Amino acid sequence: MNSKYMFSLVMVILLFLIAYIGVEVAGLYRLFGIFIPYLAAFVFVVGFVYRVVYWAQSPVPFRIPTTCGQQRSLPWIRPASLDNPSENSGVVIRMFLEIVFFRSLFRNLRFNFNKGQKFSYEWEKWLWLGSILFHWSFFTVVIRHLRFFTEPVPLCLQWLEKADSFLRLEFVTDFVQIGLPGIFMSGLVLLAALIYLLLRRMWIPQVNYVSFAADFFPLFLIIGIAVSGILMRYFAKTDIVGIKEFTMGLVTFHPKAPEVSGIFYVHLFFVSVLLAYFPFSKLMHFGGVFLSPTRNLANNSRAERHVNPWNYPVKIHTYEAYEDEFREKMIEAGLPVEKELTTNGG
Amino acid sequence: MADDLPKAEALITQIDHKVPQTGWMDTPVTIRKGMYCYASNPKSVEYVGLPHARSWNPLEEDWKLPENWQEIIYQGFRERLDRFRSLKIFMDICVRCGACADKCHFFIGTGDPKNMPVLRAELLRSVYRNDFTLAGKLLGRVAGAREMTLDVLKEWWYYLFQCTECRRCSVFCPYGIDTAEITIIGRELLNLIGLNIDWIATPVANCYRTGNHLGIQPHAFKDMLDFFQEDIEDITGVDVEPSFNRKGADILFITPSGDVFADPGTYTCMGYMMLFHYLKERYGFDITWSTYASEGGNFGFFTSHETMKRLNAKMYAEAKRLGVKWILGGECGHMWRVINQYMDTMNGPADFMEEPVSPITGTVFENARSTKMVHIAEFLADLIKHDKLELDVSRNDNLKVTFHDSCNPARGMGLLDEPRYVLQNVCRHFYEMPANTIRENTFCCGGGAGLNAGEDMELRMCGGLPRANAVRHVHEKHGVNMLACVCAIDRAVFPALMEYWVPEVDVTGLTELVANALIMPGEKERDIDLRGESLSGTEEE
Repeated sequence: MNSKYMFSLVMVILLFLIAYIGVEVAGLYRLFGIFIPYLAAFVFVVGFVYRVVYWAQSPVPFRIPTTCGQQRSLPWIRPASLDNPSENSGVVIRMFLEIVFFRSLFRNLRFNFNKGQKFSYEWEKWLWLGSILFHWSFFTVVIRHLRFFTEPVPLCLQWLEKADSFLRLEFVTDFVQIGLPGIFMSGLVLLAALIYLLLRRMWIPQVNYVSFAADFFPLFLIIGIAVSGILMRYFAKTDIVGIKEFTMGLVTFHPKAPEVSGIFYVHLFFVSVLLAYFPFSKLMHFGGVFLSPTRNLANNSRAERHVNPWNYPVKIHTYEAYEDEFREKMIEAGLPVEKELTTNGG
Repeated sequence: MADDLPKAEALITQIDHKVPQTGWMDTPVTIRKGMYCYASNPKSVEYVGLPHARSWNPLEEDWKLPENWQEIIYQGFRERLDRFRSLKIFMDICVRCGACADKCHFFIGTGDPKNMPVLRAELLRSVYRNDFTLAGKLLGRVAGAREMTLDVLKEWWYYLFQCTECRRCSVFCPYGIDTAEITIIGRELLNLIGLNIDWIATPVANCYRTGNHLGIQPHAFKDMLDFFQEDIEDITGVDVEPSFNRKGADILFITPSGDVFADPGTYTCMGYMMLFHYLKERYGFDITWSTYASEGGNFGFFTSHETMKRLNAKMYAEAKRLGVKWILGGECGHMWRVINQYMDTMNGPADFMEEPVSPITGTVFENARSTKMVHIAEFLADLIKHDKLELDVSRNDNLKVTFHDSCNPARGMGLLDEPRYVLQNVCRHFYEMPANTIRENTFCCGGGAGLNAGEDMELRMCGGLPRANAVRHVHEKHGVNMLACVCAIDRAVFPALMEYWVPEVDVTGLTELVANALIMPGEKERDIDLRGESLSGTEEE
């Protein structure tokens, strides 16, 4: 059972070694600083677009929303316009709540088999909480990193940083200095949420049972990204000015790989691997959630006709064929028929 | 009930949600008696022209598959990926968070990890990754990919016929992944190589030929309703005289044939007949039954999209032939998912009919503007709201009623408050089951999607356990003795389930309770209900 996550852990450690040794020992700054990041970004963009186009090439033949509330029917019955939208405005809000607040996951119920053979289903919010903290903090971290790719740094990014680092924890000794740069909550929350998600995947037997190595890999990888980032910011201080010059060079296509510490290149390499891995993995749920036909369609298929582009004619058993087979019996039973019995003299 | 079915007390203590020692890809399927349905009768498969009809036995090693079965499955999969965006998305984006795991009644009731919706879907996804994705081809097992083998195929068959397509898991999935959709398409693939179950294949063939799943021929269909007519006259003193295949009627009525055939659905059927007679006498309501379109249900839905369309086509064809204005549909579960989400798209446009208007209240059923088909609960709720039914609710006073939301009307339509409104107006003792087991969270009866056979009784008792457990809760708390539902499969499945888990609770349809309370014009003093049991008021203490 351990092999699945050990495999992924070992893979991530290997990736770490490749980048660290590659830079610190072999001095392959250009490879890890320029070539791989560009390649990864290219694979990510092309792969992502390819996947979404691949999905979009197939039609949505039927309206199959999962209805999670009262339909719109009689005027005096209140419809659940978000959980069972009959109009597109409701669908938009449903999708917004789904994508931004993970509304379906918020409903999660845990089944319990209690004494006296009684079942109960209690609200289970931890998975929702862990997921939402992970996604939001990751999103904040990504946005925050835009400061490395913009000059001057837009005001909104500066505000975000301020808000993110409202907690000022000053802890200064000869060995460690935490707090001086202002602690970003998002990074810590990200790491904590990742560890929660990882532990639950290891420890909840059913979740562990359904997991592949491919489910542990992104967790370890993003943990690697978070840890290397946190290390650089608070512990192994890196040449931030040099890095900014480098990242600005990347986005303006005049890249010069700086000779900064290996930990930076590990961070960059992990991010590159994540980007390149993304389009080929379950991480594509980021794109897919927008296209899920059980959520993004209105339940109005009795009121509005929906067309299936590949609807083809099928063989059916017509009334005429039916009556031909049963005419005699139908007449005997007094059922109306289209054609009377023909006497053929037999 | 099957002889080798364990006792209820034994079955419930057997349930164990522990995971096996071996990984799921390394745990081969064991097809166990009581948990599967018999293979389809080749005659039925042949009758509707589905491929590879043959007699085969799931318990035998050799399933007599066509030689190129792997190729057929591969091509079939490819075709369906091109046709259904849902399939592509659902194959690609699951993150295996596990939120769906304990939502499935079959997982709760059997503890078999492959009944977790995520793993049921993984059975297909693993093959999809191997055959259609780069990561799967390169990384194999690490990325959760595996080749299609005979063992995998057997696993597909076993577990795709342990899913009732109830969609409860899809309510909780953060991406709306719908196992019903995966099961529907998976079964469609199995049908390409002649792997179906007889409880589905034979009803399909019957329905194709005679117009209904039970194979009731037109004269016999009329006989059965004649028989109910006599019963109703005995009970109420009123002759209700239904009409059949009548051209020029205003409205066509279509309901599942199960209600014509077996108790307690028959009482619901009697209820329809009484309601229509009442409305005819009072308001000149004009409705006809059809023997050609004498099936609301659609086991084609459990076979393939094409078969669903072939069977469903009769509804519009008959409405057109008879020249009716619109169609009224009876109480049925999956029938209503087909009508709500597929019918118009498959067999429409129904432009030969009119937008449905209740001739009695004048209510326009705008929500059925395009399909031209109204649910009887919508129709009844509207009648009651406008005070068009004379009711003596005390006739249902002996009943303490709870309501089971059938999966398809709940999660494939959203018919939740209409039946409740009707119930609360025809009986005085109504109690809801716990909130997490009703409405969109409702639990399946355990026998939907064609699994209501006799030979899979243990599976049905396991799958129905979460529902039964909730019924037991209200039975113990409020003395509930009647489980009401709006689905013919429910009415066929629940009696056995209740007898097994909560023997004191009976099963009824909605319209039966309405008809009990309905004061028929010219009726005699009623001392028995439609089941021939004393009404509470006249009961001798």
